[in-house]
Amino acid sequence: MNLIQFMGALEVGFLYGLVAMAVLLSFRILDFPDLTVDGSLPLGAAVCAILIVSGVNPWLATGCAILAGMVAGFTTAWISVRWNILHLLASILTMTALYSINLRIMGRPNIALLGEQTIFTPLENFTSLEDFSYLRHYTMSIAMGVIAIVILVFIYRFLSSEKGLAMRATGANPRMAKAQGVSVNRQVLFGIALSNGLVALAGALWAQYAGFADVTMGVGTIVVGLAAVIVGEAFFNPKVILTALIACILGSIFYRLAIAVALNASFLGLQASDLQLVTAIIVGFAMITPKLRSKILDFKASRSQA
Amino acid sequence: MSKANVIKKLLTALLLSLSLNNSSLANSPPKHIAITQYVEHVAADAVRQGLVDELIQKGYQEGKNLTIDFENAQGSAATASQIARKFVGLKPDVIVAITTPSAQTMVKTVGKNSIPIVFSAVTDPIAAGLVSSLKDHKAKVTGVMDAPPIKEQIAFIKTILPNAKKIGILYNPGDSGSVSSLQIIRKEAKAEGFTLVESTPFKSSDIQTAVLQLVGKVDAIYVPLDNMIVSAMKTVSSLALKHNLPLFSADNGSVEAGALACVGYSYIQTGHKTGEIVAEILNGKDPSEIAVASPGTIDIFINRQALEKLKIILPVTVRTQAHFF
Repeated sequence: MNLIQFMGALEVGFLYGLVAMAVLLSFRILDFPDLTVDGSLPLGAAVCAILIVSGVNPWLATGCAILAGMVAGFTTAWISVRWNILHLLASILTMTALYSINLRIMGRPNIALLGEQTIFTPLENFTSLEDFSYLRHYTMSIAMGVIAIVILVFIYRFLSSEKGLAMRATGANPRMAKAQGVSVNRQVLFGIALSNGLVALAGALWAQYAGFADVTMGVGTIVVGLAAVIVGEAFFNPKVILTALIACILGSIFYRLAIAVALNASFLGLQASDLQLVTAIIVGFAMITPKLRSKILDFKASRSQA
Repeated sequence: MSKANVIKKLLTALLLSLSLNNSSLANSPPKHIAITQYVEHVAADAVRQGLVDELIQKGYQEGKNLTIDFENAQGSAATASQIARKFVGLKPDVIVAITTPSAQTMVKTVGKNSIPIVFSAVTDPIAAGLVSSLKDHKAKVTGVMDAPPIKEQIAFIKTILPNAKKIGILYNPGDSGSVSSLQIIRKEAKAEGFTLVESTPFKSSDIQTAVLQLVGKVDAIYVPLDNMIVSAMKTVSSLALKHNLPLFSADNGSVEAGALACVGYSYIQTGHKTGEIVAEILNGKDPSEIAVASPGTIDIFINRQALEKLKIILPVTVRTQAHFF
């Protein structure tokens, strides 16, 4: 693995860290398995891309993408809460519909942002100057890191506030929360909207980072997000919300590093087509290792007792 | 022969062999190309094969004077971007990006003025933002565009089935290739007097239903250059044949998979053209001076089994030109 590749893994890792935090919100905190994200990631990218090519300020376009994602999440939650439909099914409905909606928004399956003004343009211009070109490989990962940390702090502050605590109570024990006067439905509606707004933000950033929005880019988002959450949990065994959020980002970075390693595994006689398998094995191994370690420790402890 | 003479001769021989060794060392620091594609796909694989074959013809053989790195994003945009990073770090002489999303990711990551990028199997490189124009693009990005010859394809249906009125068209609305060709298809079909019946599966699991939806309503089925449909060609072709519907495809690999006929560029040909451009760059030509190319001649491909089952008799002109499978 070379430096540029390592930095690339960091960039993508930080970016998908947003998705991982969104998945943590829905799956773990609200206990609401939400597959909408496979649709809201390309939704964010689509809204952002079409606005940018129409000449809208990229920051405003990114903001609109977040709003669109929130609407998508709200729809899922509303179908589930209002009509009492299983959360999984409600989210599949929205995700399916979003494919057509994204095509409508973009008007075509692929919008190129190469050469357009994006929120990263000032940064790219800066590193294209002679004097600062040596920074070129680092700036983007620093930018992505800053974004991820800002979002992390935002979510952490929110979840520690009274409103956030009500949301966590809703996920942990809805009946108890209701008894305490928490409007459970409203918490779910807002929480899922927030989660999908975050995913749409990731989509919007992705489109600007990768230089295009494509309607197929959402496939497997939920798997990647969930993998990051679970890898993070396996490694750091978080007890409090702050470490859980940090674990999300680190889990996401680890997942990207696993892919980067898999991309360099050709010396083992592996082919390009084995990539997914190698990634799965590395991630699986990483998740099993902490458990193996505690097993071994248990075994030693029992032996020393006997 | 004097002693001195012998020594002189020996010395010359020695020097000669040394200089030969030197020259062979000097002219072959092995060239390095890096290839990436977005998905596993018969067409994309064929392009890569054609590319490698052409490079051998041009004197670049893998393992001898050429190193090839190959990566496949397996359908993930994030992985495609990580592959792009890997390639930037490898600093190859040329990067070859097969299919649109791969090429876009590569151009964004590498930039237009650093490592030469040769794209291939891209339908519309200008709309994709890869080049500003086909000729004077002034950037180190060039390649082969394979916009399908739709006019010829629709006219060909008329040649084979002069009595056909309604044509079913099967495409995935999420595929940039087929959607970009749709308007031209509609126009050309109108020109030939065909009525189009559209059937649009979103997922490969919907393809079967989508084909059956056309049965009884149309005289023939036409499939544009659509990744998803083309990948499921065996399903489409066996269903079409079962219901006696002639199946025309814009992708020539489909004919091997059972479609009746295809008029178009072969992917191998696209690959060869890509290889020509890569070889030119390896030989020192500036990529900004190489115009975006088309694959070249249009071929006719016919499936013999389907032809017999459908009891279609080909016009002599077609029969003599066509490649049969």
